[in-house]
Amino acid sequence: MSSLVKNIIRFILFIFFQHFVLDKISLHQMITPYVYFLFIIWLPFKMPRTWLMFIAFLLGFTLDSFRHQPGFHAAACVLIAYIKPFLVNMLIPQEGADTNYQEPSIKSMGGPLPYFIFIAVLCLLHNAWLFFLEAWQFGNIWYFLIKTILSTAISILLIFITELVFNRKQKFRTNTI
Amino acid sequence: MRNIFLFIRRYFNFLTFLVLQVLSLYLIVHYNRYHEAMFDNTANNITGKVNEQYNKVEYYFQLKRTNDSLIKANEVLYNKLKSNFDLPDSATRTQVDTIKIDSLTQYRKITYLHTKVVSNSVSTPSNYIVLSGDNVKKLKAGMGVADANNAVVGIITEVNGNYAVVMSLLHKDSHISGKLLKGGEVGTLSWDGKQPNILTLNNIPKSAKVAKGDTIITSGLSTTFPKGMMLGRVEEVLAETATNNFKIKFHTAANFYNLEFAYAIMNDQQEPVNKILDKLKKQQQ
Repeated sequence: MSSLVKNIIRFILFIFFQHFVLDKISLHQMITPYVYFLFIIWLPFKMPRTWLMFIAFLLGFTLDSFRHQPGFHAAACVLIAYIKPFLVNMLIPQEGADTNYQEPSIKSMGGPLPYFIFIAVLCLLHNAWLFFLEAWQFGNIWYFLIKTILSTAISILLIFITELVFNRKQKFRTNTI
Repeated sequence: MRNIFLFIRRYFNFLTFLVLQVLSLYLIVHYNRYHEAMFDNTANNITGKVNEQYNKVEYYFQLKRTNDSLIKANEVLYNKLKSNFDLPDSATRTQVDTIKIDSLTQYRKITYLHTKVVSNSVSTPSNYIVLSGDNVKKLKAGMGVADANNAVVGIITEVNGNYAVVMSLLHKDSHISGKLLKGGEVGTLSWDGKQPNILTLNNIPKSAKVAKGDTIITSGLSTTFPKGMMLGRVEEVLAETATNNFKIKFHTAANFYNLEFAYAIMNDQQEPVNKILDKLKKQQQ
C-alpha cells in the first residue's frame, strides 16, 4: 500500500477513534485522553516541514469541527509538527538512521528509550499548549498544570498500547546504493 | 528587496509556523464571527452527517433505556388526563359560555417539537449537542431544549440545513435563570466544568430556606423556557463568606450521558418580546 493511501486511512481512523471512542470516556475532569496526534508522530521522516505543518493543521481543525470549538487542537498540532524534526535530529543515534527507515518507531529510533523521550516530549507539548489555551479562558493555573501532567501520562500510556497492538512492519532500506 | 526574499526563504518554515499559529488563535478568539460566516454551511454539515451515521449504530444500544424514559414520560402525561379527576361537586351546573372567542389554538403559547440527538459530549469544558430531524427547519437560535422527561437540556445557538447546534447546560458560558420551587427565589445557573450532572445555582440570598432534595425549576422570566420546567434537585448548600448569598450545588434532572431524543420548545411570544427588548436596548445606547 502506498504511503499516501495508508496515511489517509490513518487520518480518518485516528479522528474517528478520538471523537467516537476517547471523547465519550469521561474518566475524571482532570484527565482527557488524547491519542489522535500519533498520526503526526507517525508521518514519514522525509516529509518537508511545511507540509507537515499544513497536514497537522488540517488534522487539528477536523477534530475542532467535531467539537464545535475551532482553533484549539489546530494550534497544538501545528506546534508539535514544527518541533518534531528538531527532536528527530537530536534523538536519532547514528548518522543517517532516518534514511534507513521510513517512519519513527521503536526500531527506527534505536531502542525504546529515545522513542519514549520523543513521544513524551511531543505529548507534553501538545497537551500543555492545548490546555494553556483552554485555561487562558478559564484563568486557573492549577487546573492547567495538573490537567497537563495527568493527561500526558494517559496519552503516553495509550500511545504505547497502540504501538503494541498495531505492529507496524518497517522495511530496512539501505542507503548504500 | 532581495534581502527580504532571502529572509523569507531562509525562515520559511518558522514563518509558516507563525502564520498557522496566529490563524488558530484568531479562530479561537473570533469564534462567533467566524462561526456565522463559514462554519454554518460546510464544516457543520459534514460533521453533522458523520455524527448521524454513527448515531444510527449507537442508537440500537440505547433502545432499552430510551423506551424506559418514554414510558415514564407517558405516565406523567396520562396522570394529567382530565378523565382522571372527578368533578368536585356534581350538583353545580356548568355554564357554557356562548361567546366563541376562546379556542385552544388561539391561546397556544408553547409548542414542543421532537428532534433526534445526533451528537453529544460531557467531557469537555464547553459541550455542544447536535440535533437532527424533520422539525429542525422550524427551529431558531435562542429556543430552549428539553429532554424526553421535560427537563432542561440547553439552548439552541445555531441552525443550518438539517442540523441544529445546542449549547448544553454543561457549558461554561451557559447561564439561564433557575428558581427554588418552595420559596420562589430566583438565581443564575452556571457550570464549573468539573462534574457532569452537577450544576451551581448562584445569587440565592441566605434568607432563603433550602434543604437537600429541594426542587429547582425554570423561572419563566425569559421566553426561552416556560415556567416550572424541572432543572434539578439540591445536592449541597454552601454559604459564601464574602457575600450574602448561597451557592447551591444541584443534580440535574436531565441525564446528559444518554440523551437520545430532545424536544425543542417553540414560544410564539418569543419574537414580539425580543423585538421590544431590542428596541429598548437601542434607545438606551
